[in-house]
Formats: sequence, C-alpha cells, structure tokens
Amino acid sequence: MPRRGSLLAYGLTRLILAFPMLLILLTVVFTVLRIIPGDPIYALYGGRAPLSVIMALRHQLGLDKPYWQQYVTYIVQIFTGNFGVSLGAHYGGQSVIAVIDQKLPATIELSIGSMIVASTIGISVGLISGINRDKVVDVVGRLYGTTIFVIPVFWLGLMLQLLFAVDLRWLPVNSRFDISSSPPATITGLYTIDSLLAGRLDLFIIAIRHLALPCLTLGLVLSGFFAKTVRANLLRTINADYVEAARARGIKERTIMSRYAFKNALIPVITVLGLEFAILFAGAVLTETTFNWDGMGRLLIDSIEVQDYPLIQGTIIVFSFIIVLISILVDILSGVIDPRVRY
Amino acid sequence: MHALDNISLDVTSGESIGIVGETGSGKSTLGKAILEILPPRTEVKGRLVFRGRELGQLDNARIRHIRGEEIALIFQDPMTRLNPLMTIEDHFVETIKAHQRVSRQEALARAEAALASMRVPESRISNYPHEFSGGMRQRIMIALALVLNPSLLVADEPTTSLDVIVEAQILEILEDLKRTYKMSLLLITHNLGIVAEVCDRVAVFYAGKIVEVGTVDDIFTRPIHPYTRLLLQSIIHLDTKELHSIDGAPPDLVSPPTGCRFHPRCPYAQAVCREKIPPLDQFRQDQLAACLFGKDFL
Repeated sequence: MPRRGSLLAYGLTRLILAFPMLLILLTVVFTVLRIIPGDPIYALYGGRAPLSVIMALRHQLGLDKPYWQQYVTYIVQIFTGNFGVSLGAHYGGQSVIAVIDQKLPATIELSIGSMIVASTIGISVGLISGINRDKVVDVVGRLYGTTIFVIPVFWLGLMLQLLFAVDLRWLPVNSRFDISSSPPATITGLYTIDSLLAGRLDLFIIAIRHLALPCLTLGLVLSGFFAKTVRANLLRTINADYVEAARARGIKERTIMSRYAFKNALIPVITVLGLEFAILFAGAVLTETTFNWDGMGRLLIDSIEVQDYPLIQGTIIVFSFIIVLISILVDILSGVIDPRVRY
Repeated sequence: MHALDNISLDVTSGESIGIVGETGSGKSTLGKAILEILPPRTEVKGRLVFRGRELGQLDNARIRHIRGEEIALIFQDPMTRLNPLMTIEDHFVETIKAHQRVSRQEALARAEAALASMRVPESRISNYPHEFSGGMRQRIMIALALVLNPSLLVADEPTTSLDVIVEAQILEILEDLKRTYKMSLLLITHNLGIVAEVCDRVAVFYAGKIVEVGTVDDIFTRPIHPYTRLLLQSIIHLDTKELHSIDGAPPDLVSPPTGCRFHPRCPYAQAVCREKIPPLDQFRQDQLAACLFGKDFL
C-alpha cells in the first residue's frame, strides 16, 4: 500500500471511487430509458407486426423478463463490453460498439479542438482582464465573457458559417472532409493524427480547415466561463497575503505573477475544465448537427429519432464513461499541482 | 483617506523601536510604506532615508533589492503568508537567488542554517506550508526574513495570531536576534507588554499620527500624553482589581476630528484642543509628545 497522503495513494483512491460513480450512472441510464414512454419494438414496426412476432422479439431482447433481471443482464453485459445490437433504421443489425467506434473519433477531435480554443481564448482574456482590473480592457473582457456565454451554439455556428464559409469562402461550410479527396487510412480515426501518421500534410490541412469552424463555435461559447473563472481567481490571488509577503522579500515581479498569482489562480480552472467537458458534449450535439459533423452527437440525435434503444443507451454510456474518466484525470492533475489535494 | 499623517521617526543602528496603538491607528500601513509595498494607487508623500539613501528616489530594481536583503518584514498572520504550492525549500532558494548569485547548494545550506537557528528541524525543509502549525510557520517566516541578514527588521504584530507559549518563544527569538546580530527592529504591536520586554524606544500612534515618542522607561513610568496614560491604565496587572478602558472608539480616518485628534475621548480636553493641532514637542530629553497641555502632565 502506498504511503498515506502521497500522490499515488490519492490517485488510486480516486480510481477506486470511480466504480461506484459509474454504477450510479449506469443505473440512472437504465432507469430513465425504462421510465420514458415508447417501446423499441413499437418504434420498429409501428404496431403493424403480428403479436406473435412482437412477443418473439420481446423475448429475444429479454424485455419480457422482470426489471431486476434485465438490470443484472445489462450491468454484466456492459462490463463485458457487450452493448447489444442496433435496432434502428440507420444501423440496424450492426453492433452498437462498432457504430460508436466509427463515430467517436470525430467527436473526440471536435472536443479537443474546441477545448484548445476555449482554454486559450478564455484563459488569456481572464488573465488580461484580471491584471488590468477596472481598466477598459477589463470591461471589454468581462463583457465578452458574459455575452459569449449566453450565445446559443447553433446560432453562432450559423453566423460563422455565413461569414467565413459563404461570404468570405475561407473555410468549408461543413462536414469532416473534402468530398473530392479521400480521408487518410484509419489508424486512430482522428483525421488530423492519421494524416500526420501517413505523412500527408495536404490531408492534415484539409482536416484542420474543416475542424476550424466547429471548434471555433464551440470553443468561443465555452471560453466565456473560463474567462470569468480565471479573472475571479486571479483577482483573489493577486491580492493574496503570500503575494504581498513575496513582494516584501524582494522577489521579482515577473516571478510573483507566474509562480504565485497565475499558478494559484489556475488550480480552480482545472476543475472548471473538467466540468466544461460535460457542457462540451451537450454542445457537441448541437454543433455536430449545425456542421453536419458525423460524430457521437449526431448519432445520439439520429438514434433518438428512431427510438433505437440499444444505440441511445450505448451512446449515453460512452459519454458518461468519458466524463468519469476526465473527472479522474482532472482530479489527479490538480493533485499533481496542489499538494493540499490528498485524501 | 489619510491612514498616516505627518509621521517622523528615526531608527538608529541596532535599536529597537515599538510602534503601539489601537487597531486602525495606521501601524501596519507604516510597515508596508517602509518597504513600498502598499497597494497600487496609494499616495505616499515624504522622505524615507535608509543608510543615507532616499528610498523614494531609487528605481524599482534597487528598491526590490532593498526589500528582503536590507529591510525585511514579518507579518501578523503566518498561516496565509507562504505560497501553498511551494515547499519551504523553494521559498528559501527563491528568496536568496532573487538577491544573490549563489548555487542552489549554497542557498540550501544557508536556508538550513536559518531554519536551525529558529529551531525548525532541517529535515522538514522539503515540506509544504500546510504541513506546519501556525507557530512553526511564523518561525519559518522569521527565518526567511533573516536568511539574508537584513539590517532592519519590521515585525508587524508577529505574535498576535499565536498562542501565549509560542508567543513567548518568538519574543525570545526576537530579543536574541537583537543581541546577536545588532539588527534594528521596528516592532509593530498593540501589546504594550511585548514592547516593554523587547524595545528600547516606543512611538505611540493614534489615528494615523504619532502622539508620543520616548524611551521605554520614560513612556512606561512618566507618560505625558493623556492617550498614553489611558493606554497604560488599560493593561491588566496582576495587582489591579479594576480594568480601565478608554471611552469612545478610535476616529474614522476619512473625516478625522479637528484640532487634536484625541480630543473627543480626552478627559482633559479644553476648547482650544478642538481647534489647534498640537505639534510634537520635546518635553524631556528623548521624550516628545503632541499635547497642548503636555507640560501640565510632567
């Protein structure tokens, strides 16, 4: 057993605690899908199938068993990596895992890109605002943070499309890749990484050009929250007692800013980063629809439209897994930076 | 608002001066003004001469070198004065390297020596601030202030937030320093007992002004200013049955009283005290007081 209070002990404890968290999440997904009205088989046949067919299918899917039995089967299946088979019109017959495997890289690429945009813009605006408190730049920065945060994602997406793709013709309107050229061979599924791995800089540029607008849209909206958090924390740390004490010891102003004010101000921002991933996935659903982006968000919308239960369930579970994973990473990261974060 | 008004004070080498006064009388502002670390947009007028150099005339780089290396400041609340993300070792190395070109080994050796002199185990140098108690943190702060051998130490209520046993230990350390290193000490406190124990001279502050200055002996046995007298009466002695308090509250410095600032609370106030600002006059050798009727209290 690692030493109590060490970073390793903290990380391990955090990992172990993720299991009950996952179980609760899975239970919520299971319950919600059974509470909401509708029936996958009815959705499939629209009530036109004979009763015997419906009964057979219900039996095949295990829907005729009591809920607790269904629950046990569900949990066992998920932990053995079996998410079932799609029932919907789009992907009928394909395994849920295979469908998600196709769509996930697009969303990961979009999320990472958006997070880079959001944190770069948000943290910069927050820092500049905080340093120049109550000056004109600060007022502009605060206004930006508030305004951008309340702008609907799809509206901003449409406006950016109009400006950069339709009017200026600088960037493609939508989709992940040019129709005229074929995407790089799949290794990770992320077009940017795959094109670099294949040594094709031309394909990389195409991928980046397609990523630019959706990432900018989602990133800008999320940057508002960053800007506000960073500014508030910086104001707190700039006036902190330890900053005054460091100044009294004759530490250079630049060192005080970076090692005392900025670094301490960024700790809560890491937590915000984790929370923003959850908002990011919600935003991805809208962004992917606006930009015809073939990822998890659109998969979720499509499967809800045709009430493809296994696929809805699978998509939500994968989203939840990722969020749990990110929250663990974020906690461990703040543990690395802040020695006080230990169990 | 004027937190301090017309303050004039000389500190000679190796001397220790106590600055006493109630909360809000401007004591801490004085400490920060000396190091020029008052918040931005604070206006400071006047001259501060340190070893023949006028600090206001120096550029930022020079001032920065004086802070920490020649004048050190220790604060009231040790719990929040260390960067929670840095080890004690990092604090020391950073401070030493900010002033002198030395290797990390050399800096560490000095840090360990400074900590040892404050009776903080050297083995704990790699710990983080939150792993120490308040008393330990104040010793670390003092070690950090003294590691560069400053010639003036400004101690702003160094023991206020500590319990009495730790307070006694810290005071012992301060007295030791004065004796061994011949360091000048400016001790800011509201505790008259500490001043009597540690200091050579005392300056009594009231509402941002000095009302009386003198040797510890003069001030404690032959005070002149009515405020000093009342302040001394409000100390708890083992043999006193009664505890006196000064009626009224310290004035609001945004609109201080006219004339003598103490007149609304002064039991001896006359009509003239409301109009005329009393100058800081000499009444005995080494004893000055700002009271129009000072000679009546001799």
